[in-house]
Amino acid sequence: MSSKDILRPLEALLFVSSEPVQMTQIKDALGLGDESVISEAIDTLKEKFESQDSAVRLIEVAGGFRLGTVPDVAQYIKKLVKGGKARLSRASLETLSIVAYRQPITRSEVEAIRGVNVEGALTTLLTRRLIRITGRMETSGRPILYGTTRLFLEHFGLNTLKDLPALSEYSEGDLSQEEREGIKELAKRDMQAGRKADGESAAGDPAKGKGQAG
Amino acid sequence: MDYKVKLEIFEGPLDLLLYLIKKEEIDIYDIPIAKITDQYLEYLEMMKLLDLDIAGEFIVMAATLMHIKSRMLLPPEEVQEEEMQEEDPRAELVKRLLEYKKFKEAADELAKKEAETSNIFVRKTGERPEARSDDSPFFEASIFDLLTAFSKVLKEVPKETFYQVVKEEFTVGDKIHDIFHMLVDMPKMYFSDLFKKAKSKLEVIVTFLAVLELIRLHEIIIVQHMPFSEIEIIRNPDTLKPVSKG
Repeated sequence: MSSKDILRPLEALLFVSSEPVQMTQIKDALGLGDESVISEAIDTLKEKFESQDSAVRLIEVAGGFRLGTVPDVAQYIKKLVKGGKARLSRASLETLSIVAYRQPITRSEVEAIRGVNVEGALTTLLTRRLIRITGRMETSGRPILYGTTRLFLEHFGLNTLKDLPALSEYSEGDLSQEEREGIKELAKRDMQAGRKADGESAAGDPAKGKGQAG
Repeated sequence: MDYKVKLEIFEGPLDLLLYLIKKEEIDIYDIPIAKITDQYLEYLEMMKLLDLDIAGEFIVMAATLMHIKSRMLLPPEEVQEEEMQEEDPRAELVKRLLEYKKFKEAADELAKKEAETSNIFVRKTGERPEARSDDSPFFEASIFDLLTAFSKVLKEVPKETFYQVVKEEFTVGDKIHDIFHMLVDMPKMYFSDLFKKAKSKLEVIVTFLAVLELIRLHEIIIVQHMPFSEIEIIRNPDTLKPVSKG
């Protein structure tokens, strides 16, 4: 079978599926072993939708393929279809991003970064199946390890974890040696300025006394 | 009868510090420790005043800040030029802040992707979609934005010019009703409008607690169109129901 022959069956598979379709599933359904033929068909189909300026496009997400509408018709769809998935709160998003970039990761490691208890956020994310338990860390206490799910990729329109936006450069890992030196220099200056300022304020300023009544 | 508002603050001490750093436009590589410690403690005081649940981590951070401050006030040890082992007392904290900040920014990027993806519709499964769709482009105001607004209002309360023993009658419950009625007439209003009639510090506090409770009950939403701009209060469109009198 050439890629042309499978265009229609492929389109049909994508149409009926409510989940992204994996390559393996397509191979099974079409009874084909050759992925390259399928890939070719996928590209052809993708182009067909684009050249026709169709409201429906072929998108790659969560390691699979599916049909999705174009953003500019969203306003009309929203009137027909009630509400989308609830957006995540800022706290959940932050917890989720730590898990996504650092997985597999334990709860206490997440808390060390966020500086606050994350149990509630982790529970919410687990309930929404955006994260899952991937195992246990083999250290004392054998704490639970978390990682993201396929649904996570779908929710954010990502194909694989590699498509996560890159983390900010300035704080990749530890501060560099130069930055460390820079901070030390500033600290020295600050210390001297601080002691000078304290000397002044203790002496002259009546408004800025110590031990302000709460 | 005590009406205690139990608002879970999901944000922690690092959030507060990053908030202050952003608000005061502080250079994170050169944090004026004394100034930021003072402001941090001010916010803690406000939270205590409002009887908000302050997680232990906030107190630990307060101690950490004061410790750093004291270390920076000590004279530097006599160090040879070659052995620079005296580490900047702020370095550890700055490292933590930077680490957290990059995930905060990643979360913002993810939020953008989430919004983009929500505009792409696919074949539905039989599952009931989780409730709530909100499209208005606003910044989710945080508890610290509220506290900032609160401290502004508190400063503008007319000072009591004579000492008067007055039995102050309003409760948080009363204020909740008042706010509800105000919202019926004006579905959207500024945070500061709520306090125009307030005559005393106590009234301001009680009104603020009423706002927090309404937020907790998902009856209202607080909105900021730009970071650090005026806060607006609007009825939560998802839970609109007729307001009963009394």
